[in-house]
Amino acid sequence: MNGSMRLEPKCESEACEAVRKAVENRQSLRIMGGGTRSTIGAPVVADVELSSRALTGIVDYEPAEMVMIARAGTPMSEIDAALETGRQRLIFEPLDHRALLGSQGEPTIGGVVATNASGPRRFVAGACRDALLGARFVNGEGEAIKAGGRVMKNVTGLDLVKPLCGSWGTLALLTEVTLKVVPLVEAEATLVLHGLSAGQAAEAMAAAMATSLEVSGAAHLPQTIAATVDGLDGACTLLRLEGFASSVDARCEKLKSALRSFGELSTLPPYASRAVWQSVRNVTPFADSESDPVWRISMAPSRAHEMIAALNEGDALFDWQGGLVWLRLAGDAQVEKVRRLVAQHGGGHATLIRADDDLRASVPVFHPQAAPIAALSERIARAFDPNNIFNPGLMG
Amino acid sequence: MTAIAMPPADDAIMARRAEIAAALREMVGDDGVVAGDNELRAFETDGFTAYRFVPLVVVLPQTTEEVSKVAAYCNANGIPLVPRGAGTSLAGGAIPQEDSVVICLSRMSEIIDIDYANRAATVEAGVTNLAISEAVSDDGFFYAPDPSSQLACTIGGNIAMNSGGAHCLKYGVTTNNLLGVTLVLVDGTVVELGGKHLDAEGYDLLGLICGSEGQLGIVTQTTVRLLAKPEGARPVLFGFQKSEAAGACVADIIGTGIVPVAIEFMDKPAIEICEAFAGAGYPMDVEALLIVEVEGSEKEMDDMLSRVVDIAQRHDVHVVKECQSATEAALIWKGRKSAFGATGRIADYICMDGTVPLGQLPHVLKETARIVDEFGLRVANVFHAGDGNMHPLILYNVNDPVEAQKVEECGMELLKLCVDAGGCLTGEHGVGIEKRDLMLYQYDKRDLDQQMAVRAAFDPKWVLNPAKVFPLEARGSGSVQAA
Repeated sequence: MNGSMRLEPKCESEACEAVRKAVENRQSLRIMGGGTRSTIGAPVVADVELSSRALTGIVDYEPAEMVMIARAGTPMSEIDAALETGRQRLIFEPLDHRALLGSQGEPTIGGVVATNASGPRRFVAGACRDALLGARFVNGEGEAIKAGGRVMKNVTGLDLVKPLCGSWGTLALLTEVTLKVVPLVEAEATLVLHGLSAGQAAEAMAAAMATSLEVSGAAHLPQTIAATVDGLDGACTLLRLEGFASSVDARCEKLKSALRSFGELSTLPPYASRAVWQSVRNVTPFADSESDPVWRISMAPSRAHEMIAALNEGDALFDWQGGLVWLRLAGDAQVEKVRRLVAQHGGGHATLIRADDDLRASVPVFHPQAAPIAALSERIARAFDPNNIFNPGLMG
Repeated sequence: MTAIAMPPADDAIMARRAEIAAALREMVGDDGVVAGDNELRAFETDGFTAYRFVPLVVVLPQTTEEVSKVAAYCNANGIPLVPRGAGTSLAGGAIPQEDSVVICLSRMSEIIDIDYANRAATVEAGVTNLAISEAVSDDGFFYAPDPSSQLACTIGGNIAMNSGGAHCLKYGVTTNNLLGVTLVLVDGTVVELGGKHLDAEGYDLLGLICGSEGQLGIVTQTTVRLLAKPEGARPVLFGFQKSEAAGACVADIIGTGIVPVAIEFMDKPAIEICEAFAGAGYPMDVEALLIVEVEGSEKEMDDMLSRVVDIAQRHDVHVVKECQSATEAALIWKGRKSAFGATGRIADYICMDGTVPLGQLPHVLKETARIVDEFGLRVANVFHAGDGNMHPLILYNVNDPVEAQKVEECGMELLKLCVDAGGCLTGEHGVGIEKRDLMLYQYDKRDLDQQMAVRAAFDPKWVLNPAKVFPLEARGSGSVQAA
């Protein structure tokens, strides 16, 4: 991106106008929210930066209806503050990439949606894509389009909000998003299993998820990673319970009994529980080594630790019952090898979430797709953006 | 006449029936093709029985490879291809057109893999919804979405329509419980989307497929999420003397952070119909009834129910009926679950399915009563109140052509009411042909053009279920070809 020109539309019609001009002038557009995730994906070479940062403000927030509608450029701090006053939250725990990527600026709700940024609760409560009820966007022809709506159940027509969520600004400029929000919980606690290997942890987490105790977080931090998190020591397998206080206490006792055979157990009080899950959510254990590449790998929970064992290097933080691996390697990102091992262990996908510009320009950052799916995805992209003007090449 | 039109049948295709049947027999064997006039009648409609069209041929493949061959053949020959599971759609999603081949996946009904460590089941598309839960029940698991047709409906059909059910308030609908599919594209290409891992490596195609009503491809196999069964479940019944109070009570329960598995609403006509049929012991001196069900251990349920009862009392609840036994709980649900059947015994009915914001429930109920009254018809409301998914049952006599037309018009007015209240045309039944011509009421032309452009990325010639979802008059602009 040459950075010579930057547009900051203040409303949807200005955004439409900006896109139509770009089409007319055959210019490509780099879509940017807060810019806190702009080093993810292949480096984008575009003629103009199209910023959502002036498309701000909460349009409607009805705590009783559990719905929030906000313009795409609204900072997450403003979203969180509003939800706090309504004693509510986003259930998918959007992760903040700033610590991991060493980036500056304010993340926006549009950026969260565009990257489907979802945290530890995702494996039981759904991702951003599951909470996204509707969206307004500007397509590649400069038309303002609405998809979905504001109600909890809606099967009216094709569900266009799903592909938009996680499209990294390659399909459209999001201008407004409608999200389901949920009440804050009264209490939380985290049960810690000590000293397990990644394989034992996968078994323990699967055992926890086979109970009816509604575990809402299941992560494993090997010793080297746990050592960087306040309050943890030695390899720690974390199991979170949330809800009404009496229920959390009772379920915690039951979970302890169910997992006693896995060895030593302890319980984190609420403040420590919140802090460790914040670390897992934002991958802060990998924050202070910005030059080392980091992978984000999604696999079947029972297979991910086998893949990491086969790789036999780097540091791995396991979330989502073990199915989400944050892998930090020293120096070489081992692109071919990592993806080959993922394929050999039941499949999934590996995204090179942190890497320098040269590497991101020379290897596929997003997991390469089977040819027919890649061709289909390309046709879908052209259905939204016929001239390929939005973030060209970012997803490979 | 307001009858829903199908695209005109293509005479050239109609004339090739014998040849098409012969070609399909080559692909799936003689026993996999239905072409006799009487046998074809079994496929002329689905759960939306007001419309019937006998298809050209029905094909019953047994493997993904056979589905692939059939799709490629129909695509190459421009023959409309209508996917079908059990045919329980209430919106006409599986109703064929006369020049179409129906591809019915009921013979693909094998459970392939149960994987508790990854809480996933892999099954063929023709497996019924309930069969998945039954296969894992003894081991303490279940598959959460539970449409009321779950005994008959197939998982492939659930994916096509993104089906919900009474318990989706807590567990979400099909799209939230879907991990992967084997999808046959219209040209016969077979792709695997998702698997036992979460989220897509590129665009969320799984999310796009789910609820696409058989227009983007044919799902032959799927991996779905299994969940550990709750320790127990218990309903409580509330009777209110004003519908508005019941509506406000629902919003309050949700707002406090209690997540009941279900909140079901019944109005007075529905209570009377269900009580007469099921003898559930419902109070008869109330205007509205709520059934709230919670899950957990005995102690958790006690705790949650006492909170729920406190909230109901703040809304002047007239009758509170807590269950002392499993028998009482079953009786409370028996009334609700027999609502459609019991209504069918006293009259014919059509069931609408719009969703509205929770705060609009009282207004929408009041307006529903007014509109139905204007048409000189009667209505019973039984619905999933926790997520605002209305189900007004409009009663009429199917043998009275004047009433039959009035009921269709009345239903359309009720759906417009839902859209005007900030909601949508359909919460869980789908658009099909039933609501197709109302799509422009909810969406602008350019919104639909965008959807149709995405549709065309999958099916450029509009071969797959082409008569559905998009109004016929809205087609044919820009890059989108008319069917």
